[in-house]
Amino acid sequence: MAHSNLLPEPAPIPDANAVPVVEFSHVSIGFDGKQVLRDISFTARQGETRILLGPASCGKSVLLKLANGLMRPDSGKIYVFGEEVSALPQSDLFRLREKIGMVFQESALFDSLTVRENVAYRLREAHAEDATVEARVQEVLRFVELEHTLDKFPSQLSGGMRRRVAIARAIITHPELLLYDSPTGGLDPITSATIIDLIVKQRDVYGGTSLLVTHRLQDAYMLATHTFNRETNQMQRIPNSGLDFSTTFLVLNNTSVVFDGTLQELQHAEDPFLKEFLS
Amino acid sequence: MEIGEILREKILRVQEYVLLSVEAMANLFRRPLYWGDICTQADIIGVGSLPIVILTGFFTGGVLALQSSSTLSEFGAKSITGQLVSLSMIRELGPVLTGLMVSGRNASGMASELGSMQVTEQIDAMRALGTDPIKKLVTPRLIATVVMLFFLTIVSDTVGTLGGGMVGTTMMNLDASQYFHTSYQALAYPDVLQGLIKPLFFGLIIATVGCYYGMSTKGGTRGVGHATTQAVVTSSVLIIAVDFIISRLMLGIFGG
Ligand SMILES: Nc1ncnc2c1ncn2[C@@H]1O[C@H](COP(=O)(O)OP(=O)(O)O)[C@@H](O)[C@H]1O
Ligand SMILES: [Mg+2]
Repeated sequence: MAHSNLLPEPAPIPDANAVPVVEFSHVSIGFDGKQVLRDISFTARQGETRILLGPASCGKSVLLKLANGLMRPDSGKIYVFGEEVSALPQSDLFRLREKIGMVFQESALFDSLTVRENVAYRLREAHAEDATVEARVQEVLRFVELEHTLDKFPSQLSGGMRRRVAIARAIITHPELLLYDSPTGGLDPITSATIIDLIVKQRDVYGGTSLLVTHRLQDAYMLATHTFNRETNQMQRIPNSGLDFSTTFLVLNNTSVVFDGTLQELQHAEDPFLKEFLS
Repeated sequence: MEIGEILREKILRVQEYVLLSVEAMANLFRRPLYWGDICTQADIIGVGSLPIVILTGFFTGGVLALQSSSTLSEFGAKSITGQLVSLSMIRELGPVLTGLMVSGRNASGMASELGSMQVTEQIDAMRALGTDPIKKLVTPRLIATVVMLFFLTIVSDTVGTLGGGMVGTTMMNLDASQYFHTSYQALAYPDVLQGLIKPLFFGLIIATVGCYYGMSTKGGTRGVGHATTQAVVTSSVLIIAVDFIISRLMLGIFGG
């Protein structure tokens, strides 16, 4: 990729020469004769948070599953960490997924396991020592502010709490790439805000690359305009209506990408669908 | 949908089923084996099914003794009731009835459990967390079902023969020692072999069919209900069909 940034940008921008963490190249997929994604191309670079906006059932979840190799595209190529996910054999996919954390739309916690065992799942599979597992579980549950729920079962938690446990489970090994599928879907506005708070915190404390899909514009704005303040341990607005420059947007509509750029560019877009969508 | 399309879809599903079964069996020779899950499933399937297997075994043996001794006495052959009960139990009814019972209880259980995991994306989550769900969910159920069904069938055979003896001696005036003597003497090696091979196949059918319908569930909670019913129906029919095939093969090998 060539340097093509004509506009000087205030925040450190990701290295444009590095191999993108995620790259979709002309990806299409359909089910039962119905096209869901058509010729999708985009990239996510090291350190970027890419927010995918789109109306309900436009294929957002499908797109994330494609990125994680849980589905395969009908055509096109998908690269994650430079490896072609769309062509990797299963055994290599499991190895690649060690570097990827995924938060599912409805949390997808294992309902036969306690919160502790859900969060510890990855470490247990890797046969980590009990003491290490316990310490890491405590640490990550403290991060999502749910230390007191260790021995509860998912069915005993509220929707917002389940979502936090799902985030804890995904980030326990600090994966380099995080995939969030509608993390605020189905939650009330106040709970949604706490989840976004948590995602901003994860972005600004641990870093890494993420893909986040949502149909809620307010979440997307919040992610782009807020930063995590370690002193107050809270999220705050970036002063002078500043933006987080590593957070950029993709808008999907009717099987295609209709926008790819920053929040500023999105707000000034002329496309009638985008204007309608933003209003 | 036209006929060709329906047929194509059916063939695709059978192909998916065969691939899943082969993969699940191949995992027997691959690490890791999830011993914890194998034990949990063995407990659910083996210990959990014991009461119904004992009850059905007992009453089946009993009714066999009842029916056969009254028929046999017409020919003056009441003394071989024991032989008839034990042969029927061990060759056919023990394996088939135990298989059907466990199918009703556990093929449905597996389909509904894996089905709800599928529709709530827990199976995808498992993959995303780096675990192969076939290794973690299907293979342990397969091992547990085959092993447990083998022993449950032996229990059923034993309880059935005992039940036949009890009914025969208390209700049909059979001589107890004669009953048990003939029932033991009648058993030849091919009968026992046949009776012990069947549960291995039936266990394989129950676990793979239950897991297949569970893993391929679509369409939310309604889909789970559908998968559950389908799993029981399909595995029961397959058990009876495979029973016929094995019986026929054994006759071919050992002669009638
Ligand atoms: N496994 C699947 N089989 C068939 N159709 C699917 C499958 N997954 C998704 N779809 C269809 O793809 C479309 C997009 O789904 P999804 O990605 O879940 O939407 P959303 O943008 O709301 O997350 C929907 O119409 C859905 O019915
Ligand atoms: Mg979705």
